[in-house]
Amino acid sequence: MAASNVAGMSIPVLESGPVSQQVISEEIEKIHAGTAAGETQPRLDFAPYRSAILRHPAHDLRHVDPEGAELVAPVFGRADVDPGESDLTIGGAGEPIGERIMVRGRVLDGDGRPVRRQLVEIWQANAAGRYIHQRDQHPAPLDPNFTGTGRCLTDGGGWYSFTTIKPGLYPWHNHRNAWRPAHIHFSLFGTEFTQRMVTQMYFPGDPLFAFDPIYQSITSERARARLVAAYDHDLSQHDFLLGYRWDIVLTGHHATPMDDDHA
Amino acid sequence: MPEHVATPGQTIGPFFGYALPYPGDRELVPCGSAGSVQLHGYVYDGEGNGIEDALLEIRQADASGAVPAAPGSLRRRGAAFTGWGRSSTDLAGRYWFSTVEPGSARPGGAPFFAVAVFARGLLNRLFTRIYLPVGDAILGADPLLASLDAGQRSGMVAAREADGSLRFDVHLQGPRETPFLTFPRHP
Repeated sequence: MAASNVAGMSIPVLESGPVSQQVISEEIEKIHAGTAAGETQPRLDFAPYRSAILRHPAHDLRHVDPEGAELVAPVFGRADVDPGESDLTIGGAGEPIGERIMVRGRVLDGDGRPVRRQLVEIWQANAAGRYIHQRDQHPAPLDPNFTGTGRCLTDGGGWYSFTTIKPGLYPWHNHRNAWRPAHIHFSLFGTEFTQRMVTQMYFPGDPLFAFDPIYQSITSERARARLVAAYDHDLSQHDFLLGYRWDIVLTGHHATPMDDDHA
Repeated sequence: MPEHVATPGQTIGPFFGYALPYPGDRELVPCGSAGSVQLHGYVYDGEGNGIEDALLEIRQADASGAVPAAPGSLRRRGAAFTGWGRSSTDLAGRYWFSTVEPGSARPGGAPFFAVAVFARGLLNRLFTRIYLPVGDAILGADPLLASLDAGQRSGMVAAREADGSLRFDVHLQGPRETPFLTFPRHP
């Protein structure tokens, strides 16, 4: 698949090696320029992210009314998650290396209702930008005191909280000199299975935002900003950690709303 | 209440394999237990290559058609059926679940597994359904299946294998692209 097929652009492709950042950035710019404002989700057909070329459906999604199991999210409870799983810094024999942080926020549905007692899963690179995953061959050190995986259940107000290490930047092979902005992967459930989502949280002011085709697959700047946590000084703890606040909004649910917010 | 704008999704990436899978994730019921069925297949890209870094989740009713709301999926103890499971694909792109065949959610309805698909290279999750091969009378009356042409329809129905298992392949792209779904209130 040559990049010359991308969105009507004619770009010379050197089949012998990866394309440059300039080529990727020009492709991103062209797609963004041809986009109407107001998109809130990533494009699936977004060739600057090369792995998407053969992995996006060509047909439109089919509209259907949810029924049965689609209307009920899986339920998780105290038997599923140990409270210690929300602190990624305590699993090893010693302290992990890096900048200790807390990431805290609320999971809300499309009507602003808190998603209560629901599972949140995260995974991330260590401070050096290395995942423990065997497929990660980036020559940065593993940290024996950091696995980079965590889980928690939201509380009665929809709040989640993780104590972890700020993940490092790391290179990947999408194009020449490609680097991912620092991010934490989040996996989320709502009250319905139709609200299932996986996303990535980013850190404010990351210099790599403009160059990253995964982040830029969301064509609207306002929408992209929804993936960026805010530094929260009130969440920072004296002599201990820095706080980041990030709220997540799922899609709306379909069941008859139960007005239990006053419960 | 004002509409809140949904947070954008992002790809699951290549490195979820040490984080999301867990022991027993794909065994909604123990393999080989009474009434169990294996649901299995491959996830393919647009050139027919198996995708080694995809993840499927299923949500389903029990055999009676009731959708369980029981905790315990992450630490299954062989007790309550939770109706949810997760399977990553292997190097060939194959996934499998050990589960029960769901009953219909409504009288005369076509029973199905609800499915969410994630993969490296897939920038947002996709939803589809895996219908049970229960015959044309019931499948043809399903509003979604009735709206599809014959090829698309067969792409949403599992095949019964000789050993009794259910085979369903997911094609993210290509001539046999799986029909993927969007629901009201999705952006």
